[in-house]
Amino acid sequence: MSGANRIAGAGRLTPARTARFTFDGKSYEALEGDTVASALLANGVHLVGRSFKYHRPRGILSAGAEEPNALIDVERDAARKQPNVRATVQEVFDGATISSQNRWPSLAFDVGGINNLLSPFFAAGFYYKTFMWPKAAWEKFYEPRIRAAAGLGVAPTQADTDHYTNRFAHCDVLVVGAGVAGLSAALAAAETGARVILCDEQPEVGGALHYDKSVKIDGQDGFAWAQATAARLAAMDNVTVLTRTTAFGYYAQNFVVLAERVTEHLARPDRKLPRERMWQVRAKRVVLATGAIERHMVFANNDRPGVMLASAARTYLNHFGVAVGKKVGVYTANDSAYEAAFDLHRAGVRIAAIVDNRAKPGEGVLAEARSLGIEVLTGHSVIDTKGHRRVNSMTIARNGGGGKRTIAIDALIMSAGWTPSVHLFSQSRGKVAYNAETGQFLPGTYAQDCLSVGACNGTNGLQATVEEALAAGELMARATGSKAGGKVEIRAENAFEWTGGMAGAAEGAGANDNVKAFIDFQNDVCAKDIRLAVREGMHSIEHIKRFTTNGMATDQGKLSNIHGLAIAAETLGRDIPKVGLTTFRAPYTPVTYGTIINHSRGELFDPTRKTPMHAWEEAHGAVFEDVGQWKRAWYYPRAGETMHEAVSRECKTVRDVAGVFDASTLGKIEVVGPDAAEFLNLMYTNAWDTLKPGRCRYGIMLREDGYVYDDGVVGRIAEDRFHVTTTTGGAPRVMNHMEDYLQTEFPHLKVWLTSTTEQWAVIAVQGPKAREIIAPLVEGIDISNEAFPHMSVREGKICGVPTRLFRMSFTGETGFEVNVPADYGQAVWEAIWARAEPMGACAYGTETMHVLRAEKGYIIVGQDTDGTVTPFDAGVGWAVSKKKTDFVGIRGLKRPDLVAEGRKQLVGLKTKDPTVVLEEGAHIVADPNQPIPMKMLGHVTSSYWSSNCGHSIALALVAGGQARMGQTLYVPMPDRTIAVEVTDMVFIDKEGARLNG
Amino acid sequence: MLLIHCPYCEEERPELEFRGAGDAHILRPTNIADISDEEFEAFFFLRDNVKGLVYERWRHIHGCGRFFNAARDTVSDKFVTTYKAGLPRPDLSPAPKATETTVETYEATEGVAG
Amino acid sequence: MAEQALRKAPLGGFNGGSAAAHVSAAAPATRLSLRAAPDAVAALSKALGLDLPTRPKTSASAKGQHALWLGPDEWLLIDEQGADLAAVAAKSGVLHSAVDVSHRNTAILVAGPKAAQAIASASPHDLSASAFPVGACARTVLGKIEVVIYRAGEQEYRVECWRSFSPYAFGVLAEGAEDAAH
Repeated sequence: MSGANRIAGAGRLTPARTARFTFDGKSYEALEGDTVASALLANGVHLVGRSFKYHRPRGILSAGAEEPNALIDVERDAARKQPNVRATVQEVFDGATISSQNRWPSLAFDVGGINNLLSPFFAAGFYYKTFMWPKAAWEKFYEPRIRAAAGLGVAPTQADTDHYTNRFAHCDVLVVGAGVAGLSAALAAAETGARVILCDEQPEVGGALHYDKSVKIDGQDGFAWAQATAARLAAMDNVTVLTRTTAFGYYAQNFVVLAERVTEHLARPDRKLPRERMWQVRAKRVVLATGAIERHMVFANNDRPGVMLASAARTYLNHFGVAVGKKVGVYTANDSAYEAAFDLHRAGVRIAAIVDNRAKPGEGVLAEARSLGIEVLTGHSVIDTKGHRRVNSMTIARNGGGGKRTIAIDALIMSAGWTPSVHLFSQSRGKVAYNAETGQFLPGTYAQDCLSVGACNGTNGLQATVEEALAAGELMARATGSKAGGKVEIRAENAFEWTGGMAGAAEGAGANDNVKAFIDFQNDVCAKDIRLAVREGMHSIEHIKRFTTNGMATDQGKLSNIHGLAIAAETLGRDIPKVGLTTFRAPYTPVTYGTIINHSRGELFDPTRKTPMHAWEEAHGAVFEDVGQWKRAWYYPRAGETMHEAVSRECKTVRDVAGVFDASTLGKIEVVGPDAAEFLNLMYTNAWDTLKPGRCRYGIMLREDGYVYDDGVVGRIAEDRFHVTTTTGGAPRVMNHMEDYLQTEFPHLKVWLTSTTEQWAVIAVQGPKAREIIAPLVEGIDISNEAFPHMSVREGKICGVPTRLFRMSFTGETGFEVNVPADYGQAVWEAIWARAEPMGACAYGTETMHVLRAEKGYIIVGQDTDGTVTPFDAGVGWAVSKKKTDFVGIRGLKRPDLVAEGRKQLVGLKTKDPTVVLEEGAHIVADPNQPIPMKMLGHVTSSYWSSNCGHSIALALVAGGQARMGQTLYVPMPDRTIAVEVTDMVFIDKEGARLNG
Repeated sequence: MLLIHCPYCEEERPELEFRGAGDAHILRPTNIADISDEEFEAFFFLRDNVKGLVYERWRHIHGCGRFFNAARDTVSDKFVTTYKAGLPRPDLSPAPKATETTVETYEATEGVAG
Repeated sequence: MAEQALRKAPLGGFNGGSAAAHVSAAAPATRLSLRAAPDAVAALSKALGLDLPTRPKTSASAKGQHALWLGPDEWLLIDEQGADLAAVAAKSGVLHSAVDVSHRNTAILVAGPKAAQAIASASPHDLSASAFPVGACARTVLGKIEVVIYRAGEQEYRVECWRSFSPYAFGVLAEGAEDAAH
């Protein structure tokens, strides 16, 4: 047998199919289908972790996703290692390496356990109060120490080698939870022909049928019925059944996100399979069949290993064939624990006693207990337990005093009743309502097209659940227009209907402030902490939650919320609904980052955009820079060259000979229609109706507030057709800006916009030899200076393919920009290069482009402007038409602040020491000896070494800059102060002779 | 992720295809060059930012490309209706009431997301 | 006289996916971004030889030529034979905007029994037969980029995107196709 506590003939696992795993270095045998928790229990291991704050020994409390204690680290290899996995959810696979957490040096002997002895000092609110003084110590002393001590698991340091995927899915009806209710609802919905998705977090469907062996459905064993029904559903074309799949978030308009664990349970998963798959489901209707979670009893030292939920003990027995002890105590306020006792008793486990906090248990279960010879103590409480690494006794007493007695046990199972799982309902923005009769918060007002069925809806009785679910499934499916099928009928029966339940601390939890009666195991919150919080003045449940951290652990208080609320209500002397429930938030259970980002890793993290000439540039040694998503050739270093040397060489070569530059990333918009010029008149400060076809103009675009938004050269291809260029980064927003005005302010204009950024590859050929380089390649265009002057555009052919050839320049040299359909870009580039290279021209990158334009004082929007700069500030006021009566920004430009004296204006700067290159962003002051903080006049926007000038050059925004020509200003730096002279922005060829050559 | 009904595509499409574009029904003055500073301030800078029903512009930027208008409740984050650009503001009075809260939550009492 | 420049497609030779969904680069085609007011639709349809669709999400196809409705005044025309679409549209004699986008866009074909699921790995669009029958088309998003999806057949989709986004689109679709196989 795999484990001494495995009971022959019990459970649903196959004894022959074993798997080995290690826990804290020790090897254990498990059965296929075991969870880590069931396998450890089978091997008699109850101590599996240490608590967060007090480092108390902890065991396995539950058999499901609500587990607060048994958090483990699961490791396949150094890169595939995950902390904080719930042992009750993780399936064992052969070769798994499992470790406990939050202990040092070992689980059995943990130094941090000193916190348990010091616990009087760690009361609720301890952090807020203790670490406030002295203030300076927070950052240097307290905070690093708290951080080092905090946290449960340890994150892996290597990159995750698993992959994760995503699917968007659409369905008519999504059913969450595949217990009796969920399966019934899914079946009823599926029979109508509706598209159905059914998901369940467990490896197998069945929900409560995992433990409730008494259920018979349509004459069959309940669990077997569930498997058969799931198989029947999965075989239908219109149904998707997803197991190991947690619906963790319920968002607006029935958008529900699921996490499917695809390979977590496999020993040697196919590496092609994702580890997890995220499902983003848009459902027309949702049926929530999320069941209920059993609550623990609140009493002194209720957290010892071996103390667990009754339903969990029943699951371990009936599903996994594992007895949680040999002599088991039962403490309950609800009938359900009796059935656990009966099952254990029948399996040969001795039941020490059933201690029932109630005076009157359900009659059926009481009679059955008596007939089985199990001692039942009604009106009693467990008031204490003993046992360090595992519970070994419970002390009980009669409610109201007397009858104190200590009973030896090796496990204690408990039930305070059931909490409906309204988490997803609450996430959907539905409002819960308190049912005073059952003491449950239940779905009240729905906010979305969904219905709750079964235990999560507070429905009692198996047949009632089935009927409610069938009706809901069909109703929801019909609402989506599904018409097929008839009525589905299911007959279900079980042994007992359960009564009872309590919330809050039972008698014996004690008002004594030293008693540790836990309500939140993971965050070590006790009943006394809630009382303290109320005494300290916290009256809102949200404040109590944050003060005590109740419900703030990774289990989000699935067990503790109701207890905490009941104790708060009692202490406050208010009714439970008046105190209110905290808000449930996604995710329902923790979700890995891998699942959330899924495909968006590595190359698919973000698109990398490359120009048509990229491969050539790469082959010719270009270093690339990222410009948004684009990769742009930055500079082309030759062997042994530094960046500075390469750029200096490129700059000189362009002005001395010529250079070839990839300008393909520039935004391009085709503006077509009879009103195209009128539209551009409104979008730019310039006048466009006066531009003749075949000519170009530099345009400035403003926002309505008068600030520069974008710039670029616009060519008029025909009366009704313009070729607009934008900055690389501005392309999408300029297009959106133009569409906005066209559609909503000027819809009367007959003009259309089309983005052509990627239609054209753009090859800039600049320099004295530019014309000579392209001349033999061009057909059908006279490119002489006379026929094709600066700022012209022609259509023709180059290298046999169509081109829009621009005569324009961003360098101040004679220049051409060859636009060709993008697929021809590389071939035309190569043809141009074949002519350019022998002439001594170079390929140049964006850095050289920046230097060359700065030498000419050409601005870059976004570098020399920052969203608060007008065309007049930027020295391009000449581009603002004085004749037009309207354009976007015309009124903004007249705002008092924009016409005031002393605005920051763009000027040139020359350092007194010509070799010093200023730092971009550096501040500029008039008097470097003034006290700090100095009065800032402006800042450097662009700064380069200019090999053509033989000195450094800079552009800067300086208050009243135009009036400061020739003045000496200062740039204070940490190590020195740099003196600069304010100059004109144009450093080379002020007359423009080179441009027009 | 919300679904937004595009009045041009005539169906609900995923929010990822859309982009918000600020308040609706703010008319750019045809004589904008001549308006006073106060008028420009009101037109360009001042917005109400009301709690409840707002009229705003959206663009189906990754769909049909059209700008359109929407009435949305900023409390429930629900779209009440969407309509084509240029159409007048629909009469939606009385404004839909926020649903009664059956449970006193922090958000319900304080109106603040936690 | 210079040599005729050779065409180099952005996704030349890309081929991948799985048996469930094969992902491959489409052959070059001519494409036109056509814009026109409703009153020009009849004349343009006549000139083009196919009825420009006027309902959202619909298309018209004839002899390797497709007209995809993208917006109320916008169509993407695709001609797999490489016809000069702008010249054809010009014959209509009515007001319109024709902009050649043959090289701006490139297309990826996704074909196979799980083709829709491969695309659904990154597209929130409902591609089921009821919502997106054969012939349906829509501009939408695929992961972090914009695409036009056109359902060419029961198990065939054409995904059009801008050329620089095509390696990303291909990568996303190939991963989606791999996952769709499982």
